[in-house]
Amino acid sequence: MKVLVPVKRVIDAYVSIRVKSDGSGVDTDNVKMSLNPFCEIALEEAIRLKEAGTATEVVLVSVGSADIETVMRSGLAMGADRAIRVDADNDVEPLAIAKILKHVVETEEAGLVITGKQSIDGDNNQTGQMLSALLGWSQATFASEVVLEGDSAKVTREIDGGLETVAIPMPAVITTDLRLNEPRYPTLPNIMKAKKKPLDVIALADTGVDAAKRQTITNVSPPEARSAGVMVGSVAELVDKLKNEAKVI
Amino acid sequence: MTTLVIAHHDNAELHASTLNTVTAATQVGGDVHVLVAGSGAGAVAEQASQVAGVAKVLHADAEQFKDGVSVEVANLVVSLAGDYSHIMAGSTTSGKDMLPRVAALIDSSQISDIMSVESADTFKRPIYAGNAIATVQSSDATKVITVRPTGFDAAENGGSAEVAAIEGPAAVGSTSVVGRELTVSERPDLGAADIVVSGGRGVGSAENFKIIEGLADKLGAAVGASRAAVDAGYMPNDYQVGQTGKVVAPNLYVAVGISGAIQHLAGMKDSKVIVAINKDEEAPIFQVADYGLVADLFEAVPELVEAL
Ligand SMILES: Cc1cc2nc3c(=O)[nH]c(=O)nc-3n(C[C@H](O)[C@H](O)[C@H](O)COP(=O)(O)OP(=O)(O)OC[C@H]3O[C@@H](n4cnc5c(N)ncnc54)[C@H](O)[C@@H]3O)c2cc1C
Ligand SMILES: Cc1cc2nc3c(=O)[nH]c(=O)nc-3n(C[C@H](O)[C@H](O)[C@H](O)COP(=O)(O)OP(=O)(O)OC[C@H]3O[C@@H](n4cnc5c(N)ncnc54)[C@H](O)[C@@H]3O)c2cc1C
Repeated sequence: MKVLVPVKRVIDAYVSIRVKSDGSGVDTDNVKMSLNPFCEIALEEAIRLKEAGTATEVVLVSVGSADIETVMRSGLAMGADRAIRVDADNDVEPLAIAKILKHVVETEEAGLVITGKQSIDGDNNQTGQMLSALLGWSQATFASEVVLEGDSAKVTREIDGGLETVAIPMPAVITTDLRLNEPRYPTLPNIMKAKKKPLDVIALADTGVDAAKRQTITNVSPPEARSAGVMVGSVAELVDKLKNEAKVI
Repeated sequence: MTTLVIAHHDNAELHASTLNTVTAATQVGGDVHVLVAGSGAGAVAEQASQVAGVAKVLHADAEQFKDGVSVEVANLVVSLAGDYSHIMAGSTTSGKDMLPRVAALIDSSQISDIMSVESADTFKRPIYAGNAIATVQSSDATKVITVRPTGFDAAENGGSAEVAAIEGPAAVGSTSVVGRELTVSERPDLGAADIVVSGGRGVGSAENFKIIEGLADKLGAAVGASRAAVDAGYMPNDYQVGQTGKVVAPNLYVAVGISGAIQHLAGMKDSKVIVAINKDEEAPIFQVADYGLVADLFEAVPELVEAL
């Protein structure tokens, strides 16, 4: 079974982002970029399936411009066998990304897709579910445990009330939550090897998908700042402030 | 213009997030209908009909909707979509799981996690863990939207909408829920609580979390946790507050032994009053706290419980 892992390049999780003063977006120049953490978890799960003999090949796919290839190489260094980049702008909407991914799933004849539950920049939490619906495949989101059993899978999901386990037939789209696994760090020899792994580029036109935007971001602004608070010297002072100043207890 | 709100419920009770979603729907203008898809969920449909601002409740009662499996609910919503200008669900794990399927099947680009309605086609939503707010205008004929519950007040009671029984499409039947480990707690729901007391890695162990729970019980509060505390197994996953956990905005949020990483702040910085207790005076949590106390939590929290 071939496993497809869609990945996205994002501003690194530990960078403080800066909103551009003209309201056009977030400054991405000279900022550290990384693989979206949830995509790393997806990739780790796929690699483990291959190590366990369940998956035959792990194919990484990303939709975006040539600048995303650096982070795609770090995915190859983690252990993906090869990569496909669909050449497009870096601001394609999740619906169009899902349509593009559907095309790749079909041409690759993949049997399982593992995506991140959300990317930490757009925070959309849509792509995997959309892909599942478009393919007519099973869906299991927010996975914290995945057990493949022949033609079916048991997936434990992190939901608002706790945990839920679903049984689904394959093929399926699974999206990852934080506690599914701990992604490995690429070793130096694997980083070297990754440079030679195949990274094919497909033109957007060849997917047949119309990626025209349905949404316009008319403005991006910083959130309202909280005004600075005070330090209290003791528990007694804290209780007094909460009772008599903030009046919240 | 009519908005369809997908109710979140457990077949017995309407979840509080649905009330916030109804408020977002009324701000769009036009009528508001609520869909209750469940099994034996008549009481929920009744409850939805009493929410002010709701003109009609659609009630689909079938075995396939018992567990809220998204494949089934999404197909039902798709079968109704033609009648609506907007389709909304709360940004709960069930709304996030289900609604993108609807969007894809009706070929609409979803707008996720809106925090305000600017007009019928323009909405504000947080991106980058809430460190930027995007104003998004949609050109899709039917707008498919998930709603951040903390962005909208809960709709009040006082309605008397008609409840119409509807039939859903045939069951897909492929997904079965085979197990659930749900947190059972006497404390208020984390998402809707008036006061939240959260603990982080500084609490040190699952056993030590009793200190946090003790303070929460004294205040009648819900308990939350940082990702580090959940990853370490101190608390279950559904306690996680943050960018990739729950977003809360209580009147009072008490962060104990939490450093204040941006991903944690994303889930609580809209709280009215924030208290931080941390032994490191440099901890970033103090930058958003209204009241900061530099102290060892193992001394300060018991003292606080005593003083309340
Ligand atoms: C400069 C800039 C401008 C932008 N302008 C707009 C705009 O005008 N309108 C708008 O709607 N959005 C805009 N965006 C946001 C961008 O389009 C989103 O990143 C995109 O919509 C994908 O959403 P997401 O990554 O949050 O999806 P999610 O659904 O949160 O992603 C979940 C998972 O889907 C997969 N995935 C997501 N994206 C890709 C990808 N590209 N390739 C492969 N797999 C992927 C990954 O597995 C990921 O973990 C802009 C972004 C940038 C950087
Ligand atoms: C993709 C991604 C998603 C994430 N999503 C989330 C999320 O949703 N929610 C979230 O919370 N995090 C999230 N994180 C993790 C986040 O970056 C931080 O690692 C995490 O919030 C740290 O938790 P903490 O503050 O409990 O731990 P630490 O950062 O280790 O802080 C512990 C604090 O406790 C204090 N302390 C220790 N002992 C005591 C004592 N005896 N008395 C008083 N104070 C004490 C220390 O001074 C320190 O400030 C995410 C990270 C990534 C990469």
